[in-house]
Amino acid sequence: MKEETLSLSYGTAVREGFAYLLREHPEVFVIGQGLWSPWYVGNSMTELDREFGRERVIDTPVSELACTGAALGAALAGRRPIVVHPRVDFMLLAVDQIVTQAAKWSSMFGRAGAAPVVFRGIVNRGGEQGAQHSQSLHSWFAHVPGLRVVMPASVADARDLLVSATLCDDPVLYIDDRWLYEREADIPAIPDVDAIHRGPRIVRAGTDVTLVGAGYASYLAEQAADELAALGISAEVVDLRTINPLEMDVVVASVERTGRLVAVDGDWTVCGLAGEIVAAVVERLPLGAMVAKPRRVTLQDAPAPTSRPLEARYYPTVEKVVAAVRASVGLGVALA
Amino acid sequence: MQSIELTSAARALGLLADPAQGHAPVALGSRPPEALVAMLRSMMLIRAAENGIAELVRTGEARCPCHLAAGQEACAVGVAAALDTPRDKSFGAHRSHGHYLAVGGDLDALLAEVLGKETGCSHGMGGSMHLVSPEHGLLGTVPIVGATIPIATGAALAARLDGSGGVSVSFFGDGATEEGVFHESMNLAATMALPVLFVCENNLFSSHLHISLRQPDWSTARYAEAHKVAWEVVDGNDVVAVADAAERAVARGRAGHGPTFLELVTYRWYGHVGPRDDQDVGVKRDGELPLWKRRDPIRRLEEALVASGALEPGDVASLRQAVDADVERAVELARRAPYPQADATAKYLYTGGTR
Ligand SMILES: Cc1ncc(C[n+]2csc(CCOP(=O)(O)OP(=O)(O)O)c2C)c(N)n1
Ligand SMILES: [Mg+2]
Repeated sequence: MKEETLSLSYGTAVREGFAYLLREHPEVFVIGQGLWSPWYVGNSMTELDREFGRERVIDTPVSELACTGAALGAALAGRRPIVVHPRVDFMLLAVDQIVTQAAKWSSMFGRAGAAPVVFRGIVNRGGEQGAQHSQSLHSWFAHVPGLRVVMPASVADARDLLVSATLCDDPVLYIDDRWLYEREADIPAIPDVDAIHRGPRIVRAGTDVTLVGAGYASYLAEQAADELAALGISAEVVDLRTINPLEMDVVVASVERTGRLVAVDGDWTVCGLAGEIVAAVVERLPLGAMVAKPRRVTLQDAPAPTSRPLEARYYPTVEKVVAAVRASVGLGVALA
Repeated sequence: MQSIELTSAARALGLLADPAQGHAPVALGSRPPEALVAMLRSMMLIRAAENGIAELVRTGEARCPCHLAAGQEACAVGVAAALDTPRDKSFGAHRSHGHYLAVGGDLDALLAEVLGKETGCSHGMGGSMHLVSPEHGLLGTVPIVGATIPIATGAALAARLDGSGGVSVSFFGDGATEEGVFHESMNLAATMALPVLFVCENNLFSSHLHISLRQPDWSTARYAEAHKVAWEVVDGNDVVAVADAAERAVARGRAGHGPTFLELVTYRWYGHVGPRDDQDVGVKRDGELPLWKRRDPIRRLEEALVASGALEPGDVASLRQAVDADVERAVELARRAPYPQADATAKYLYTGGTR
């Protein structure tokens, strides 16, 4: 029997995730800025307030810290809240509650209580918005033990990681990226409620080089793999999906086969996810297992500029990933 | 119209928040005509710049998010009139083209910044939401809501430590009073008696949400009361009333009597962001907006100046033509200006490079 599927965009898949949770789980509620706005958070939450009521889909004052802490409190008292921060940049006002409260709660009280709260931070960059409307900072958050950090890249994960994060008893930071919202796919009608526990996924098999990324970077890697195929380079793409706890077996095994690694990341280089990927692989492979030095494609270590030509150079692109792979396999840029 | 002294902040706003009121020409008070005409010109320039930028957004030439302050000109201009720049410092937020121009920021550099050009006030690194004019004491405008409230508090501390007699200003909106840092800053400033002006432009909205959906009271001045900060609630569309209140606040600061909270009641004419006539957040303001437009701060001063004989109707028209021409020229210059060099992204990051 053919499995029933839905044709969705990434953005509407996020909405599906919310709708599923609000429908199936009365203990779920959603709180954050813009939830009653006709823009509906980039159309990823369209009319949820009408469908499920404004008691459970709550728009708020401009009070990130209070709303985030309130969600944590409601979680400790038996609810499963999702706090929506329309930009990661605004979520930073709530860092104490995320990093020092929620992430520590279970451990420091010997699991006397669970904090099943989801923080949704949206990466919303580009469009000349500049330094304060462009940050991702996922590496920062992944640094914090006790905070699960998921970054959906695929349409299915946009829904399923949201659903499974909310049903998980730990605090989870769910980071979605507006640059993925138009991505489309047919996905199973029934969400995978355990997605968060399934680890990285090989989204494309290949033999010459391993590309690793999370969120939008993973999508870039997938597109780069298509271009590389046309050049006769077979790239394997691993989508990490969850960056904390970071499960590296799949990546290590892949690099063992391909001998080459290019880590792609939409965050800054220093102390970042790409460096962590490289370190974890190098640490675990025997000396000599790699035939090329590992490479990173990351953001330039500078705040986002606004000016059009600077912005055009600033973000990782498919071309940059392709160039890194060409360098890795010994096809210098000069051959382009 | 003078600033309204009522014991209850809620009652004070009750009157000012009714857009059917307050359409009459403003009371000119005792300022010399030149000062009043300068304020009129400044407001006209802001209006013309906002309309010009709106057009650049419509045509796609300006792409950075532009939050326009048309309708709120009297807030910026009235407060700026009370400042002694660059000794006095000011800070703004996402909707700060007006603050920048009111303190004397260069019009050409504003337009160039909006278009991301090297000649912009931030060298094209910031766009509409990150303006600066240190020569005029404007140390920065940023779009993180509430962010400059503690920063202005710190600039006031510096003024006290320097013994400069200077004051500082943070311009922010009603939405910013919902951030914890606003309350922390008010308490800090009150406890230390710092010379800071907390200028809240209460335009009744934060994005798509009316204040009644975000706070239990329409007036934000009650917070000042709670923090024992001196406060006034003022018609934010009456530039003279704003300037009078700002002068009192500045005098208080210079005399060492601590901070003042000014609640300037006003309304924005464009949508939250961009050039649409406020339908972009889908809020039905079409009943209210035309009434608020009748409380136009520019027209109210114009009419008062003409009635007093300080200006002829023809003078008003010439003033308007002059600012329109200024904006047109600034737009042209900005169009022709170069973009920053390709390697500029990290150029201003560390003094002396990364070493
Ligand atoms: C910390 C933070 N939270 C949320 C936002 C999104 N945001 C941008 S402007 C704005 C409205 C703020 O309203 P108000 O302070 O009243 O200023 P107004 O837009 O009315 O001038 C919001 C919520 C932000 N920029 N920063
Ligand atoms: Mg407002």
